[in-house]
Amino acid sequence: MIRQPEPKPEVLSRRDEIVAALRALVPPHPLSGESVIADPLRLKPYETDGLSAYRQPPLAVVLPSTTDEVASVLRFCHANGVRVVPRGAGTSLSGGALPMADSVVIGLMRMNRILEVDFDNRLAVVEAGVTNIGITRAVEERGFFYAPDPSSQLACMIGGNVMMNSGGAHCLKYGVTANNLLGLTFVTIEGEVLRLGGAHLDAAGYDWLGLVTGSEGQLGVVTEVTVRILRGPEGARAMLAAFGSVEAAGRAVDAIIGSGIIPVALEFMDRPCIHACEAFAHAGYPLDAEAMLIIEVEGSVAEQDELLARIRDICAPLNPTSMKIAESAEQSAAIWKGRKGAFGAIGRISPDYLCMDGTIPTSELPGVLTRIGEMSRRYGLAVANVFHAGDGNLHPLIMFDANDPDSLRRAEAFGAEILKLCVEVGGCLTGEHGVGVEKRDLMGVQFTARELDQQRAIKSAFDPGWLLNPSKVFPLAQAAG
Amino acid sequence: MQTSFTPEQLRDPDIAESNRILRTCVHCGMCTATCPTFLLLGDELDSPRGRIYLIKDMLESGRPATEEVVRHVDRCLSCLSCMTTCPSGVNYMHLVDHARTYIEDTYARPWPDRAMRRLLAFLLPSVWRFRVALIGASLARPLARLIPGRSATAERLRAMLRLAPAHVPGPSAMERPGVFRAQGPRKGRVALLVGCAQQVLAPSINEATIRLFTRMGYDVVVRREQGCCGALTHHMGMRAAAMRAARANILAWHDEITREGLDAILINASGCGTTVKDYGHMFRQEPEAAAAAAVSALALDVTEALWRFGYRPTREPPGLTVAYHSACSLQHGQKVTAEPVALLRRAGFAVATPKDAHLCCGSAGTYNILQPVIAGRLRARKLAALEALKPDLIAAGNIGCLTQLSGGAVPTVHTIELLDWMAGGPQPAAGGAARGA
Repeated sequence: MIRQPEPKPEVLSRRDEIVAALRALVPPHPLSGESVIADPLRLKPYETDGLSAYRQPPLAVVLPSTTDEVASVLRFCHANGVRVVPRGAGTSLSGGALPMADSVVIGLMRMNRILEVDFDNRLAVVEAGVTNIGITRAVEERGFFYAPDPSSQLACMIGGNVMMNSGGAHCLKYGVTANNLLGLTFVTIEGEVLRLGGAHLDAAGYDWLGLVTGSEGQLGVVTEVTVRILRGPEGARAMLAAFGSVEAAGRAVDAIIGSGIIPVALEFMDRPCIHACEAFAHAGYPLDAEAMLIIEVEGSVAEQDELLARIRDICAPLNPTSMKIAESAEQSAAIWKGRKGAFGAIGRISPDYLCMDGTIPTSELPGVLTRIGEMSRRYGLAVANVFHAGDGNLHPLIMFDANDPDSLRRAEAFGAEILKLCVEVGGCLTGEHGVGVEKRDLMGVQFTARELDQQRAIKSAFDPGWLLNPSKVFPLAQAAG
Repeated sequence: MQTSFTPEQLRDPDIAESNRILRTCVHCGMCTATCPTFLLLGDELDSPRGRIYLIKDMLESGRPATEEVVRHVDRCLSCLSCMTTCPSGVNYMHLVDHARTYIEDTYARPWPDRAMRRLLAFLLPSVWRFRVALIGASLARPLARLIPGRSATAERLRAMLRLAPAHVPGPSAMERPGVFRAQGPRKGRVALLVGCAQQVLAPSINEATIRLFTRMGYDVVVRREQGCCGALTHHMGMRAAAMRAARANILAWHDEITREGLDAILINASGCGTTVKDYGHMFRQEPEAAAAAAVSALALDVTEALWRFGYRPTREPPGLTVAYHSACSLQHGQKVTAEPVALLRRAGFAVATPKDAHLCCGSAGTYNILQPVIAGRLRARKLAALEALKPDLIAAGNIGCLTQLSGGAVPTVHTIELLDWMAGGPQPAAGGAARGA
């Protein structure tokens, strides 16, 4: 099991007192009748997130409904030296919401209101617990959308997106969360409510918004988010290009990006993934292919036609086994349903998986995929590859059986080797899932000791007592507090 | 997901089945997004993933269920929206069914709760008992506001009276056992589940079904032995009662299959349809396993059957807009989504579907009585979404939803009544109300 900081005995021994204080701070929910969970049985479902290999029930869970309630909980925790783990939908794949035994989990799921939509200035103000897709749903009637689209967008919440600087398939064109963010309401560990940025693209002074985005819940708790909304394109079409080898598909990605075309999305799936996703989405994926690309272009029909024709020409010398263009909005939707459900669909072929998240230069794709295949044979664990190929963001899914401890150990070692390879070829440890607990011990592969010290100094400036999500991001031995 | 059952526990076939289901779950959390109770309550424990975790822990421990777990499992609507969303194919339905039986077998509910559940299990599945109770309730309806207190029991009693109709229709001549002969050349032979509560609340639904299928050339068989499908007790974890009800249907229809043969078993209450289609699984370890599987294989929602049999309207379209409410049992339980809408369009209605169509209306069997506060919120939400479409009528394929959504600004009607009307049947009462509006 993953190592955690030693629980503070003085916190564990005051458990009842802490729970009573939290109950006084956050009134019970009108429908469920409670806002603080503290009995061991019901804390268990909160012991993990989307990375269920690592588990630890917290001391208590508190479910506030307002920024003021969040602030009062943080103020209390700060005054009493209690560690805090913020949580959104609990879909993190890096264990970002993994609790500690002496921590209070602040769940933001009840803060799910859309506060303001301003079409004239193309922005929306929402609470942290609004789902990613919830923002688009709130603005789509007028033809707008919120661009970053993690695969978990149906469930994941915008507060978590900000804290992990999440990406998604369409970030190739539209950028990640940071590029679509205008402002935040941000509560410090002292319980102070800060407004960072606002209803404008840039703010005077230091870029606090940039500093806080992607800080993995270690600098403060986000309660409200102002995002940019964009007018949707005239139209979009997805194309499936299938190849007889993983390497050929990798070369096609490199050739498309190298030609200067920026498709709105360029996604890669290998054979195991194609089969699992087709079983879920019935999208007409090519079941005979070794690898497949989903290439989406957008714009006017003429623009789409021209881009698709050029992409066909680029792919042709690589001997695609088939190329198919979606003929309707329903077909495109089915193609994306399969891709967005890819991680979960692996549940159909394996009881458990670890989802890696390294990023590499696209020119390295064919070589890296070959080496991942070799590692898979060496570790004796199957791997399914699905990833944002256009920006070189890999998501190898290492399949294992959590009921077999040795299988988990091998999966962890396999994952670490993939990520080291990413750094070795000039890439980085994480594209969009965050470091969390999963990759914290590999931070030394990416950064020098001095670089890590600088980052820790920033954390200490916001949270001198290291109470906010302290077991994440940094190698445990070096984490302060 | 990791599980920790002992080899001895896994020898129990129900545990083995639940273990298989749990191991399919990868804890990705997608299901939380489309769960009505998670949306309203904002607590992992009231989401499918949280319940799966609680159930896993309960079954692994082998200890009796506790109040803490029961509270959250009870709040589950069994709407199965999570199963539509789940990319991994987790069979939440069979898992929560197992959990409900486990709870019923090991947990002593407080007496008012126990009494209420026994009362519902006693009244609802019996046509005559339910009719008598309903007449009583309809008379007592004005008294609902006089029930004092905010206790769960008081809320439930008020909910029961509010759900009772102002007028209870008399028994229908058309539901008596027998064979309703095809008109014109005979194309086939089908059995109809005339069910329990529905025929008391709205006999017009079975009447429309029999008229329409006989007119289309099908003999419609109503077997004397058939009755409640078992869903009501099944969803309260009362396994023995559910199996008893289901067994009677299985034996009756299987007899019919082996004698004269059946092209389909028609279900016009989709809540029942989900259960009849699951008989094969419910009886997998019983002597009737093969018969149950044969019955499940023939079970069709009426709209599925009409689609296959080639429904054709004969009347001029009335120019009405229908807001189609997709019952959870139909859209999530049976994955029947396209047929009802396509048939209504073919019949000449303008069909609109509401925002957040995947969310339950709060009916969910006995849920609107047992969890009246949450059910009331869901009803209000659903009605607002439906009424925003400015429809003349609200159509649905399940009596539970129709009861739950009645009393709003728009009249409700079963899909089959509209289809029968456009194919030569009488105008449904709601159709007249819509026109008058």
